[in-house]
Amino acid sequence: MKVKIWGSLRRFTDGRGELEVEAKNFKQVLDGLAEQYPGLKPQIERGVSLALDGRIYRESWFAEVRPDSEVVLMPYMTGG
Amino acid sequence: MNMRVKGERAFKVVGTRPPRPDGVDKVIGRALYGADVSAPGMLTGHILRSPHAHAEIVSIDTSAAEALPGVKAVITSGDFGVPEDSALRDVQDHCMARGKVLYDGHAVAAVAATSPAVAKAALKLIKVEYRKLPHVTDVDEAMKPDAPVVQSGLVHETVAPGFSENVTSYCEFGHGDLEAGFAKADRIIERSFTTAATHQGYIEPHACLASMNADGKADLWCCTQGHYHVRAVCSAILGMEASQLKVTASEIGGGFGGKTTVFIEPVALALSRKSGRPVKMVMSRDEVFRATGPTVATSTDVKIGMTKDGRITAAEARLRYSGGAFPCGTVEMGAQAAFAPYDLDAVRTYGWNVLTNRPKEASYRAPGAPQAIYAVESVVDELCLELGLDPLDVRVKNAAQKGTLSSYGPTFDDIGLMATLEAAKAHPHWSAPLGPNQGRGFSAGFWFNFGGNTCVTLNINTDGTVSVTEGNPDIGGSRASISQMAAEELGVPYEKVRTVIGDTTSIGHSDITDGSRVTFAVGLATIKAARDAIQKMCSRVAQIWGIDEEAVVWEDGYVKPASPNAGDFKPMSIEEIAAISFQTGGPIAGHHEVNAEGAGVSFGVHIADVEVDPETGATKVLRYTVFQDAGKAVHPDYVEGQMQGGAAQGIGWALNEEYIYGEDGRLQNPGFLDYRVPVASDLPRIEPVILEIPNPGHPYGVRGVGETSIVPPLAALSNAVSRALGVRMTRLPMSPPTILKAVSAAGV
Repeated sequence: MKVKIWGSLRRFTDGRGELEVEAKNFKQVLDGLAEQYPGLKPQIERGVSLALDGRIYRESWFAEVRPDSEVVLMPYMTGG
Repeated sequence: MNMRVKGERAFKVVGTRPPRPDGVDKVIGRALYGADVSAPGMLTGHILRSPHAHAEIVSIDTSAAEALPGVKAVITSGDFGVPEDSALRDVQDHCMARGKVLYDGHAVAAVAATSPAVAKAALKLIKVEYRKLPHVTDVDEAMKPDAPVVQSGLVHETVAPGFSENVTSYCEFGHGDLEAGFAKADRIIERSFTTAATHQGYIEPHACLASMNADGKADLWCCTQGHYHVRAVCSAILGMEASQLKVTASEIGGGFGGKTTVFIEPVALALSRKSGRPVKMVMSRDEVFRATGPTVATSTDVKIGMTKDGRITAAEARLRYSGGAFPCGTVEMGAQAAFAPYDLDAVRTYGWNVLTNRPKEASYRAPGAPQAIYAVESVVDELCLELGLDPLDVRVKNAAQKGTLSSYGPTFDDIGLMATLEAAKAHPHWSAPLGPNQGRGFSAGFWFNFGGNTCVTLNINTDGTVSVTEGNPDIGGSRASISQMAAEELGVPYEKVRTVIGDTTSIGHSDITDGSRVTFAVGLATIKAARDAIQKMCSRVAQIWGIDEEAVVWEDGYVKPASPNAGDFKPMSIEEIAAISFQTGGPIAGHHEVNAEGAGVSFGVHIADVEVDPETGATKVLRYTVFQDAGKAVHPDYVEGQMQGGAAQGIGWALNEEYIYGEDGRLQNPGFLDYRVPVASDLPRIEPVILEIPNPGHPYGVRGVGETSIVPPLAALSNAVSRALGVRMTRLPMSPPTILKAVSAAGV
């Protein structure tokens, strides 16, 4: 599946904004990204969210990701 | 057992306006806030704070203070360890300076004594030798390569070379071809804007009572938006196991994001540990301003291109945020939110976080979004003026809708922006006439909203009443809303349900009350806890009747046969089932623990009318209307209160509120006389218009409503003032001197 990342992370992915990852859930997306692109690890360790088909997930490792899902990596969201 | 699920749910309790359960206690002064708790043998804790914006602590001599009769403990950073985790280390260092003071008001030592007078006298006896360092409080100055460095070694890998070490992180969002987009524009406007740091301005100062026993067990009472977070942070700082620290949240006199972290709580615990006595600490207003979180100060450049008929062809923004002396990610939120209300083919935002010698930023309602959207909506308004277009029509023409690729990455699902725009267009406010020196401003706003970790226990009492225990401090009326959802699901009257906030030992972890999450997430968990209890009650009645569970249903507070084929049984009420619960298997309770996701984003639009006195520069807000997509409004009074409260705070932010630093880097206005929040006489009636576009991620369609309302006022006010004056305002707050200066500079 394709995972979109935000622009400032492209310097760690050879300029690519869409990455191919084999994953069935949130955790596998993050693991796959960190393995294929070690430069993303510091950001992933600091915290990221994942938008799955338009809905934002902050932590749910087992949130299902389908092959046709729109998957977008986002910074870890905080509120007030 | 069958759950009867209706397609179009007809609510009986949700959507009504019962009296707030905490209202009377708060009105008559019986409610217990952070400073209202006492303990036998209690000491008073006070903090010595830095008079310098930036200085090395050469030495601290506490001997004279310790020798003063009545002083039971004195602590400095040496009484704490050094956490490995950088985020925790930042929080601790913010509570007590280690090696350097990083801002005016930074804590350097603390005293526990038998009276406030003794504690204050002891503070004067503490000798601190400082070596003053150059300081920087302005975000743009702090980015320059030769700026004084606030803290070293904190730069993320995302930052390109060439900046000061104060620039700790960089982010970029967006899509499309900007160059091609701008080439299609008939008019392009570029503007730079600044916003001052503002404080959340809660009425209740931070207060706590800490009591640590000789065996290492401790109790902490405090006003907070999240007592589980307080427990996690304090136990880590104090080197305790979380189970040994019990934290109880008091009633809270406002938080707005500012009580999502700790300031005095670890200090009070350390003083209690050292003295062996309970220690109470209550911040003064001066301390609240100098040492607790204001929001970020910002500097932003926006460039937008538009066709003659109002279609935005390209848009970009460069955002520079300072969250004070410690790293923060608020600029990421601003950079994502900036263009969220728009459907754009080409959009880009760039954001930098910058360290300055100011207190560590704390969240403030939709952190980062108001400042970004202020700058964007100001330029959109200016384009509308120059091209002779109706600003509301232009928003409609460019509005994000279901299926829009958002400016921050995901494609929007069901969203309510268009509904709010249409409601605003149809409202009489939009077409009402204006007089001389008056202007009308408009702005859209957006916030993400979150869910998060939540535990709920719902007990069916033996008389059939219902007790709900949850773990989120009630800062906006959540006890009523949660009771309503429990009553709705169970089919019982609202009056039969009481919701309480448990301490950290009485229920499992719940995330902070923030992100507009409580009505959504705690409500969701409450509904599911109620369904759990219903399932148990159905099961017991089925057993009594000797039929399958599948043959009974729950309806309006009764278990009934699912159909005539199930048998002829008299329905059993919740009271009847509860009364015999000991005989049918024991007490009945429902539970639900969840990390609730899918909160659903929220949009709002505001219309503001102002009159500006050209002689004095004073602005009067004449009329204000808020339109917001609230999802299902569980308790409309509270929803309206959130909409009005956010607007009121945003009006203060736009017109008067600001952290003012002197050349010496010291805060010049740490009090409500000089830091002017709007009072009732400054405000018109703020008319709330609730739009209910259901959130598909919640059983009742609930969305968060607490933060979106503070996003549009900054631009709505600035656009109104700019139109009244005929001068584009680019700095907040628009205090009278700022307005007069802008008018003078424009030669109007």
